[in-house]
Amino acid sequence: MIFVTVGAQMSFDRLVGWVDAWAAKRDRDDVFAQIGPSDYQPRQLKVIPFMTPPEFRARLAEADVVVAHAGMGSIINALELGKPILVVPRHGEWEETRNDHQIATANRLGAEGLVTVADSAEDFERELTRLEQEVTASRISAHAQPELLDRLRDYALGDR
Amino acid sequence: MSDPARRRRVLAVASGGGHWVQLRRIVPAFEGHDLQYVTINDSYRADVPESAVYVVRDSTRWDKLGMLILGLQMLVVMLRVRPHVVVSTGAAPGCLAIILGRAIGARTIWLDSIANVEEVSMSGRIVRRVAGLWLTQWPHLSSADGPEYAGRVF
Repeated sequence: MIFVTVGAQMSFDRLVGWVDAWAAKRDRDDVFAQIGPSDYQPRQLKVIPFMTPPEFRARLAEADVVVAHAGMGSIINALELGKPILVVPRHGEWEETRNDHQIATANRLGAEGLVTVADSAEDFERELTRLEQEVTASRISAHAQPELLDRLRDYALGDR
Repeated sequence: MSDPARRRRVLAVASGGGHWVQLRRIVPAFEGHDLQYVTINDSYRADVPESAVYVVRDSTRWDKLGMLILGLQMLVVMLRVRPHVVVSTGAAPGCLAIILGRAIGARTIWLDSIANVEEVSMSGRIVRRVAGLWLTQWPHLSSADGPEYAGRVF
């Protein structure tokens, strides 16, 4: 599951649109976005404007990868849980926030290796794909391969 | 399992450690049936709180008295449970369970441990002609007259 959060203060439809396109291209139904005060109409995403702190933490805990604006609330919570984070900074010039402080924050945290930063649609698509592959490649599923389970079931329980 | 008349008693048998871990990964195949376990460590009950668990003495083929006791314990379990299906991932307790299960007419499945990379385990080779379904988890060990490969536990 991929969890997207843009904080509660302002919408960030540029980021939400990138994630929506990513999920639609892959026909993914496990991408969940908290989108703030926004009228964004998703194609593929499941969206909610705001979440209570317990709801937020529960989604975060489930996530394989967290996508966030460069807000410290989102970033610290995700880091506490050890989640890989893809950060997209809000730009002041496009009135996504009041100035370019998020760009500076993202770049600094990125340089320290705490987060991955994407500042363009191309970088975003590539980095989200890469991060998720890294996470899922390091994990095995909870049970045996489906074909093995099928063979066991057929033999043990099938008609003779 | 929607039809209660088709509900089967499945006895899943493994010794400790990796054998038990691998057994736990294949039992979803028998979901909805009456799944009961035999293992060697009382603490494993916590892994399967919904199921009956019979704990037997672990043994190896070098311990003749131990094997005798294990065999008697397994016989008691087998007569009590009367399983339709016996499935095991090893080792010695599973080997005995397959033999006794076959004797009482159960369908028997041996899934050789994924740890056996170069050849099928000794326990596995013992049950070769006994187990109805004889599986390895390595394609390169499978052959027409040898074990079948049908996938692995992860």
